[in-house]
Amino acid sequence: MFEQIQSLGRTGLASAASIGRAGVFLIRGINPGRNSKAVAARIVRQMYNLGVLSLVIILVAGLFVGMVLGLQGYNILVSFGSEEALGQMVALSLLREFGPVVTALLFAGRAGSALTAEIGLMKATEQLSAMEMMGVDPMQRIIAPRLWAGFLVMPVLAAMFSLVGIWGGALVAIDMLGVYDGSYWGNMQASVVFYDDVVKGLIKSVIFGLAVTWVAVFQGHDCTPTSEGIGRATTNTVVLSSLLVLGLDFILTAVMLGGF
Amino acid sequence: MNSKKLELAVGAFMVAGAITLILLAFKVSGLSYQAENSTYNITARFENIAGLGERAKVSMSGVTIGRVTNIRLDTKDYVAVVTMAIDKSVPLSTDTSASILTAGLLGEKYIGLTVGAEEETLKDGDKIEDTQSAIVLEELIGKFLFSKSAAQ
Amino acid sequence: MTDFIQITDLVFSRGERRIYDGASLRIPRGKVTAILGPSGTGKTTLLRLIGGQLKPDSGSIVVDGLNVPALKHAELFALRKRMSLLFQTGALFTDISVFDNVAFPLREHTQLPESMVRDLVLLKLEAVGLRGAAQLMPAQLSGGMARRAALARSIALDPDLIMYDEPFTGQDPISMGIIVKLIRDLNDALGMTSILVSHDVAEATSIADHVCIVSGGKIVAQGTPAELMASDDPRVHQFMHGEPDGPVAFHYPAAPLFGELLDV
Repeated sequence: MFEQIQSLGRTGLASAASIGRAGVFLIRGINPGRNSKAVAARIVRQMYNLGVLSLVIILVAGLFVGMVLGLQGYNILVSFGSEEALGQMVALSLLREFGPVVTALLFAGRAGSALTAEIGLMKATEQLSAMEMMGVDPMQRIIAPRLWAGFLVMPVLAAMFSLVGIWGGALVAIDMLGVYDGSYWGNMQASVVFYDDVVKGLIKSVIFGLAVTWVAVFQGHDCTPTSEGIGRATTNTVVLSSLLVLGLDFILTAVMLGGF
Repeated sequence: MNSKKLELAVGAFMVAGAITLILLAFKVSGLSYQAENSTYNITARFENIAGLGERAKVSMSGVTIGRVTNIRLDTKDYVAVVTMAIDKSVPLSTDTSASILTAGLLGEKYIGLTVGAEEETLKDGDKIEDTQSAIVLEELIGKFLFSKSAAQ
Repeated sequence: MTDFIQITDLVFSRGERRIYDGASLRIPRGKVTAILGPSGTGKTTLLRLIGGQLKPDSGSIVVDGLNVPALKHAELFALRKRMSLLFQTGALFTDISVFDNVAFPLREHTQLPESMVRDLVLLKLEAVGLRGAAQLMPAQLSGGMARRAALARSIALDPDLIMYDEPFTGQDPISMGIIVKLIRDLNDALGMTSILVSHDVAEATSIADHVCIVSGGKIVAQGTPAELMASDDPRVHQFMHGEPDGPVAFHYPAAPLFGELLDV
């Protein structure tokens, strides 16, 4: 019994310390350095790795999520005789929730885990150490460009996810189920508000982007530099960043519906 | 992957992102270029607005000509004061009447305007005198039942 | 001042384990100093302490007049431009070519035009015999080649101090010979101070001017190789002559074997 309390305390202290380290890490890692041209080139390279390479999975997933929403929504709405509201339902659920959240979850699995593994391996092979000994701060050189790229790329991915999803919903609704296309688009346009739905959804995804990238690079940087340590860190990235995204989503939604 | 190609790919990615945003703005949310000063404000007082919200449509003969911009309660008379922004290209006569209507049986509330016969038109800040409150389903059912029982 | 590095009363522990307990040593300027000691005595840790990657619990590490543990972030990074550390694994950046690896410190710390960077990189690669491998990726190199490429990167900025972490481990006799020769030649040609960490007594003493022996968290002896070979200190004698048992026990500290075997 006493031992269990002890181990609970130890775990608690260790997690508190790890959160503290992550905070310091973020502050140190946010500064990409002064040479603006080189910094831009590094961020662009990471935007390619994180954004362009995630595009296919995001677009395919968006299309399917939109199509499923179209099918499910139709079946519910048709029993109230209001299947014209399908466009509105698909667009609002994608823009407000599915776009930012599902994109962030996919991003955590696709790009986040790769980031952790990459940085963990750089640590294990002493590349980070070597860089530091050469008088180059790896926080600026390796961490900062990745954090910024994640931050910049996520809203773009989320917006594309939503747009493709809305199109997928239209495909199912109009071409398969025979909903009148005028009411699909018209109802959508009448009910979707640019600031409240589109912009707020994108604000969410910016925050998710930072959260996922932060967890990923921190896990990589903080891992035990062995093959098993990197494996554990990669798993941690996916689990922790997914939970963080869902938790943050609740908080952000509550704040935004509260009239922010 | 050389850096020129890479920059090009990221550039294309960002442009696609911008196009996505534009499509979301105009195709999905139906945002229009309408600037603030292309509308004029009129107010109307209703006894009961029952579920009318800000940004609700204002329409005339089924055509949307404006939107509700503000709703507040007049604490002297205890009536709702609704401010609407109306498109400048639509002149309204001073005896226009406003009523709160429902789209379909359970749909959203909107304001329907019916034009009058006066020559003079409403100007920015004017008030619509002739208003009809929202029909509250519960009250209607109550009245119906009451008249039924009274008739028996 | 003839000493490039002076370490005084160094205390450093990792968790519960005390690695250095009042160690003091000096590294003469312009010479090759070998730090010898059994595995697991914290020789690599010493290099990281000198490089400022680890902070000692107490004691001072003065490198060319600067006390490393007391330096601010920016001062430390400025000092590091003047020193380099050759890692055991080489630690080449795996995502860029050998050429770009060697060019990395030059591009990072100098404003030289690209044509000049190219010339310097090719010269450094020539010095380690890898000019032909410039366009290869690190993954395509053998272990020995990777270490030489890393050596070229370490000397790219002509540092004042170069530290070699176990440069001989895992090398075949030929590449070991090449590396021994390179360390000596670079030291003499560029006039830098070299520190060599090793447990390979024969190779290390063959090129070192000055030798320090680390054991039990202290520096047990320092002097020229010849002095130490002739030492009658039993610990020094055991290590220099490679005797299996003596004051430095063969066994990791443990409970008596008999007791543990019975303890089921």
